[in-house]
Amino acid sequence: MLQDKRIFNRDTQDKLLLAAIWGSAAITILFLLWVVWHILSNGLAYVSWEFITSAYTRIGEASGIWAMIVSTIYMVGLSLGIAAPIGIMTAIYLTEYAKPGSKIVKTIRFCTESLAGIPSIVYGLFGMTFFVTTLGLGFSILAGSLTLAMLILPVLIRTTEEALLAVPMSYREGGYALGSSKIYTIYRLILPSAMPGIVTSVILSIGRVIGESAPVFLTAGMVTQIPQSVLDSGRTLTVHLYKLTQELFTQHEWDQAYATATVLIVLVLILNLATKFIATRINKAS
Amino acid sequence: MNKFEVSNLNLFYGDNHALKDISLKIPSRQVTALIGPSGCGKSTLLRTLNRMNDLVEGVKITGDVKFDGEDIYGNVDVKQLRMRVGMVFQKPNPFPMSIYENVAFGLKAQGLKDKRKLDAVVEESLRSAALWDEVKDRLNSAAFGLSGGQQQRLCIARAISMQPEVILMDEPTSALDPIATHKIEELMDELRKKFTIVIVTHSMNQAKRISDKTAFFWMGKLIEHGETSQVFNQPNDKRTQGYVSGEFG
Amino acid sequence: MNTASKVRTTGLELAPAKTYDWKELLFHLLFLASAMVGVVSVATIGWFVFQEGLPAFSQAGVLDMVLGREWLPPALYGILPMIVATLISTAGAVIIGVPIAILTAVFLAELAPRWLANIVRPAVELLAGIPSVVYGFFGLVIIVPTIETLFNIPAGNTILAGIIVLAIMILPTVITISETSLRALPSVYKEGALALGASHIYSIFKVLIPAARSGIFTGVALGIARAIGETMAIIMVMGNAPAMPGSLLEPARTLTANIAMEMSYATGIHGSALYSTGIVLLVFIVLLNASLLYLNRKRSY
Repeated sequence: MLQDKRIFNRDTQDKLLLAAIWGSAAITILFLLWVVWHILSNGLAYVSWEFITSAYTRIGEASGIWAMIVSTIYMVGLSLGIAAPIGIMTAIYLTEYAKPGSKIVKTIRFCTESLAGIPSIVYGLFGMTFFVTTLGLGFSILAGSLTLAMLILPVLIRTTEEALLAVPMSYREGGYALGSSKIYTIYRLILPSAMPGIVTSVILSIGRVIGESAPVFLTAGMVTQIPQSVLDSGRTLTVHLYKLTQELFTQHEWDQAYATATVLIVLVLILNLATKFIATRINKAS
Repeated sequence: MNKFEVSNLNLFYGDNHALKDISLKIPSRQVTALIGPSGCGKSTLLRTLNRMNDLVEGVKITGDVKFDGEDIYGNVDVKQLRMRVGMVFQKPNPFPMSIYENVAFGLKAQGLKDKRKLDAVVEESLRSAALWDEVKDRLNSAAFGLSGGQQQRLCIARAISMQPEVILMDEPTSALDPIATHKIEELMDELRKKFTIVIVTHSMNQAKRISDKTAFFWMGKLIEHGETSQVFNQPNDKRTQGYVSGEFG
Repeated sequence: MNTASKVRTTGLELAPAKTYDWKELLFHLLFLASAMVGVVSVATIGWFVFQEGLPAFSQAGVLDMVLGREWLPPALYGILPMIVATLISTAGAVIIGVPIAILTAVFLAELAPRWLANIVRPAVELLAGIPSVVYGFFGLVIIVPTIETLFNIPAGNTILAGIIVLAIMILPTVITISETSLRALPSVYKEGALALGASHIYSIFKVLIPAARSGIFTGVALGIARAIGETMAIIMVMGNAPAMPGSLLEPARTLTANIAMEMSYATGIHGSALYSTGIVLLVFIVLLNASLLYLNRKRSY
């Protein structure tokens, strides 16, 4: 009797837990779909070639986001231009040169992990004081890119390191056994083999740069003009969306906000598809 | 004439005494087989001959390895040593590039850019490795598309491209099927005319078939070495006797 | 075969090793220098933040700041309300988001039919990449008005709105990492439990989740870090009043919001006080990572 009761209870318990799991999954899916659906359904209609290529005006009907797209592209290009070589070379140092477990490796790892843990607003705080004021760069694409370069560096290092570690030891042995120099073997054999992984990590970082906002407006400012040089201020898409949401009064302003959010989601979608594409190519190759 | 003269060689991986007082002469243009049970040190010895052990952390070596009378652990350029002492590994390790680029890799690493010269070396090396006829129409396709045996012959061609004097082979057929193994053994019969070959093998039949000299290792020591027929037919040591008759190993 | 010999100096003797191979040395140093950039960055950020933040601490007093309830620059720099707001919004997001996320991870790793998991997983990954301002915007147009109607209050920009937005935002992080660690478990765990006659659900909760706990803890810690550090989405939905909140239905300002809102015009001690806010934020992150280390070390026997 007792035994039966326990089995009965366990059965009920199992059913409740099963319901909780399915319920949670449903909540997750519903909420996430809701976010995307709400933005896209309200924004897609307003996204047009004109919207993408027009200058921003507070009131005009032909207002668009061209300047923000240009600023975002500048920001992505410059911050990755700074961080990607440093990150890749750091990863090369850690995997190909440093003695595993040595003091210097531990120090570098501790520091990059600490960098990864710093909240982005603190980067903004630092960037504003150091790059904008102390170095005198002013609110500029350059100051913003330098700040974001520091911010994406840890992820670039870690993912590139993983890609390099995934290169079979037998390639290195094969290269060195031919009498090739270390640098040639790295440059012509190891890096090309790790390239898909490195490209994926760069794409992830692009997503990060596009998505950041707080450290960006504290360092690059919010000017709605197209930046003429990297020393000009510029407003990225995320900062633009934030500024738009501060003044949602007319239908025109609502449309612009939804359309900007839509453009951001589509960008993230494209980047995600790109990484998926590379991932399947890696799987095919191996 | 001896290509290598190893004398009183000791090798330590940290605290592990992996090679104990090895002295061995490896004659020129002959096939020397290194045999013995797993972990006996035969692969480790092979890797001291082109200093591949340098890649392993914490290796310590005492004693002498002379290559053409010159101590390779003295003041020598390791890259040059490795060009003259090529190596083929246990598992075929073609690089993730085309067949052509695989064979040309070593020369390009030395800065050779002349396309005609590269073409010539690639063809010659592939011919020497008995692979040319099978791949001459698809030199630019990926090396991964080749079968295991072809991949291993590609790796041999890659080693030959540097025109080495010695080719070290670390169980080159252990990952291959019998037919591919047979092809490689046939190839080695050709290669012995031009190169000194040192081969580590698990297969006693292979050692019997292809080698002129055989060295038997046991627990980091060189127990016995001499003519292959002598080592297999009239071994001097009981342990050699036991191993070659299949009692252990 | 002569071609090859031309590219190297053949001879009976091996050339002596170069004392310095300049090219190799140069690249080695270049890579080392790159690796030092991360070290220098941390040092510089740390030095700056503390150097800039300490004046406010010393002028206003650490305790007066950390325990002060009034933020009235340039007179009073109490950040207790922001600390409370950060802790409550994060805790709320964790209480709502983490169970849902872990159960969703279980769903994806164990229960979902393959075709469904193959749709949901990339969708979750996509959501991990959506910029936080987009979540903030969603919160502003959907969650804030909903709270207004539901609780019949004049302004829906409240801690509750912040909690819900943060809970949604941490879902992808916690789900992805938890699912990865659940999938990484060797199948013997599950088979062993099932072989003993345990039900699938029982083995999930008694065997699989405990076995994957260090990965799940890591995912939760990353989720918490994301919640603590989130700035823009919070600013957009939480009202940002720097006063001590009396309930979840009142506006509040987090530590991050405090920095972002006032940094562009703060000067002198006021600016320094924002750095102090940053220091407090960093202390929370350090505590979070220390407890993660502690949890994962203590239990990994």
